[in-house]
Amino acid sequence: MKNSIKYIAGLFCLTMGLTSCEYDNYDEPKLLFEGNLVYQGEPIGVSYNDVYFELWEEGWQTFGNIGVAVDQDGSFSSLLFAGDYKLIIPANQGPFMNIPNAETSSDTIPLDLRGSLNMDIEVLPYYMLRNVDISGSGSSVSASFALEQIITDSNARNINEAILYLSKTAFVDGRTSISSSSIGGGDIADMSNIQLSTNVPDMTPTQNYVFARVGVRIDGVEDMLFSPIERVDF
Amino acid sequence: MKKYIYSIFTCVILFTACNDEDFLNRDPQNILLEDQVWENEDLVLSVLADLYNRLPDYQTIERWWEFANFDETFASNAGDYWRHQNVDYGYGDWGMWDYGYIRDINLFIEKAEVADQLDPEVRSQFIAEAKFIRAMVYFEHVKRMGGVPLILESLEYDYSGDPTYLQYPRAQEHEVYDYIIQEMEDIKGDLPNGGTRSRATIGAALALESRAALYAGSIANYGQLTPNVSLPGGEVGIPADMADQYYTTSLRASEELMGLGTYGLYQNDPDPSENYTNIFLNKSANNEVILAKDFLVQGRTHGFTIENIPRSLREENTVGGKMNPSLNLVQSFELLDNTFAPLPTEDADGNPIYYDDQLDIFAGRDPRLAGTVILPGSTFRGSEVDIWAGWKTPEGNVITSDQLGGRAELPNGSTDQVVGYDGPIDNLEWSAQGGFYLRKYVDTSVGSGQRGTGSAVWWIRFRYAEILLNASEAAFELGDNTKAAEYMNQVRRRAGFPTDLAPSEIDFDRIVHERKVELSFENHILWDYKRWRLAHRVWNGESVDLTNEPGDALAVSTRVFGLKPFKVYDPGSPNHEKWIFEEFKPTPVFNPHRFRLGNYYSFIGDNVRNANPLIVRNPNQ
Repeated sequence: MKNSIKYIAGLFCLTMGLTSCEYDNYDEPKLLFEGNLVYQGEPIGVSYNDVYFELWEEGWQTFGNIGVAVDQDGSFSSLLFAGDYKLIIPANQGPFMNIPNAETSSDTIPLDLRGSLNMDIEVLPYYMLRNVDISGSGSSVSASFALEQIITDSNARNINEAILYLSKTAFVDGRTSISSSSIGGGDIADMSNIQLSTNVPDMTPTQNYVFARVGVRIDGVEDMLFSPIERVDF
Repeated sequence: MKKYIYSIFTCVILFTACNDEDFLNRDPQNILLEDQVWENEDLVLSVLADLYNRLPDYQTIERWWEFANFDETFASNAGDYWRHQNVDYGYGDWGMWDYGYIRDINLFIEKAEVADQLDPEVRSQFIAEAKFIRAMVYFEHVKRMGGVPLILESLEYDYSGDPTYLQYPRAQEHEVYDYIIQEMEDIKGDLPNGGTRSRATIGAALALESRAALYAGSIANYGQLTPNVSLPGGEVGIPADMADQYYTTSLRASEELMGLGTYGLYQNDPDPSENYTNIFLNKSANNEVILAKDFLVQGRTHGFTIENIPRSLREENTVGGKMNPSLNLVQSFELLDNTFAPLPTEDADGNPIYYDDQLDIFAGRDPRLAGTVILPGSTFRGSEVDIWAGWKTPEGNVITSDQLGGRAELPNGSTDQVVGYDGPIDNLEWSAQGGFYLRKYVDTSVGSGQRGTGSAVWWIRFRYAEILLNASEAAFELGDNTKAAEYMNQVRRRAGFPTDLAPSEIDFDRIVHERKVELSFENHILWDYKRWRLAHRVWNGESVDLTNEPGDALAVSTRVFGLKPFKVYDPGSPNHEKWIFEEFKPTPVFNPHRFRLGNYYSFIGDNVRNANPLIVRNPNQ
């Protein structure tokens, strides 16, 4: 009997040890904040890990921000706690300009997060890629597209170059490209009809598809503007 | 009764013991008090020595791995492969915010100024030296962070509960450079002319002024290429119209240093490659060195030679051969006729070129190549290094081994050595995985490769050849090509070039190239590429092959390449046992480097900005 009390006590302590974390740990953040960076409802493609925005929450002893990265297709998502956040897209982020928020009349977007939220953020891109058509075969991939200049006032910027990238994986930009071809901004004769094509190199291991998309580098803007990623099978 | 006696006795002890002033007031035996320090020259010097010792360097022989961050060398050490596998440099990389150090220097200066027990002349030299160190530290900050708060006196908190009066905003970038230049002008009169290479001298002050003004000038000049890299308050970015003024200051400081007559180019050895190596190894008869961090002072040594000595020659059974200079760097050493060319591995039809001797492929190149890099087939410490990747048959079959100096069966049935004792073998760390070893700084004295002794080779911070190149660049930017050529040719003649460059041949690419090869592995590449705003264009994140234009300053160079020598296996043919070479990318290198605009000025920590809201963030991060 004495022994079994010991065992029961031991078992009880073990149970406490295994279950008590429920009590002294915080819940993980559960509210999903997601959306897209858009221009007139249309997502803006960017390169991976390059464009991000910051969420700031006031009221803490020290200041720090939560960085939210924007995916290649212009989408973003983040799991957060409920709270009053301020959303800021830092200057010089992305191939676009910020639209001042109506409420704060600055680049700060107030975000009162009480439940999961799906919100698109409107921005003003320098250009938009239109009518992108990418097709190809085992030897070459070609793209035809048009460029529409969105910002035409004193903030307008010229095109530095337009580039067609091929990649083995679904991450497509200059870092991962296995083949590319470009046309300088000055060489573009007709913005409504631009053609680019590039050869498909040998790939190891062999694969019978590539991913492709078109990127546009704008003068004086670090981040490039991209079209959606196309998978080209052959 | 006993109780009372004890009580009285205790009271007596308690009340009388404290009267003994001498007993309780004793001088500490384990620390020196401030007054004691400041009345003794030797003690002040040891405080100053501590300040010297804390001078920061980004790349140095005590931190070899930082050299592998760019395209100069491959890191043949498994723990450092990631340097070739990460794409982006972090925004916080090479950042710095060391106001604890600056405060210590400020306190030193303030105390020295009131130390009346010291000889006035010695005291003013101490103050000048501390001001030199402080300017060096601010220079280190400004080139990494842009403008930082200029705190030139010690700050004290008054415990009032409101520390806001201690919050200072960032100075403009050019204000920090102006401070460094002005400070050097002010103190140089109090410093000795020569006599030491590990403490501040007139030469060191002028060298710092020359370098700082050149940096400021090029940021003003080339900063126009990156208008995004600036802040509205001027904390980052220097107005373009200030460029000429800084270039003029730099040129004047360089010429003043040359006029001292204390320093000159090292030309003690008849063989130019040997001579170039010895600039870094010879500590006795060497008037090229202006300021260095010396070793073997009180037995202090470092392990650079242990880490980087060729594998087959190592003195300890531990590591070795960690730095493998890249083919990118090797091929940028030009030919003796002042032209550029990649290493000739194939003829025009794509067939391999056969060489009788391994060194033949490097023949006719800048002698500084063999002074910087241990080439396959060359000797080090009197022994030949054994770098070759295997036998290659005419059909393209490679016979090799995964063991250094491994043996295997050749097609004719005999067993023979099939790979060098130094590699290259893919993924085998601590050997010449890239096909080369580093020669610069690797000590030739026996014992320097042992843990117990270590190497005493010093770390040179300023040397005369850099001053000549600073002067050449400043003169070129000011439009004086004749002068630019004159200064650059001094360096090139010493290097062993028979033909001078004509003034018309000096252009931006030449300036970039000359610094790249003369000052490789000397903690210049990052700062140079930053101030020229080349970093984001040369390390642009694109996976491109090795350039065929080694003299082009804008050639993209994001991954390090290597060179594999093969022995030809073709019995009966005249090519049998001749050498062919193949360019290759070491297996651990799989991602290109990308330098983003936000890397030009490092991230200022959130803790800093939390403590002081006046600090503005750096751009593009």
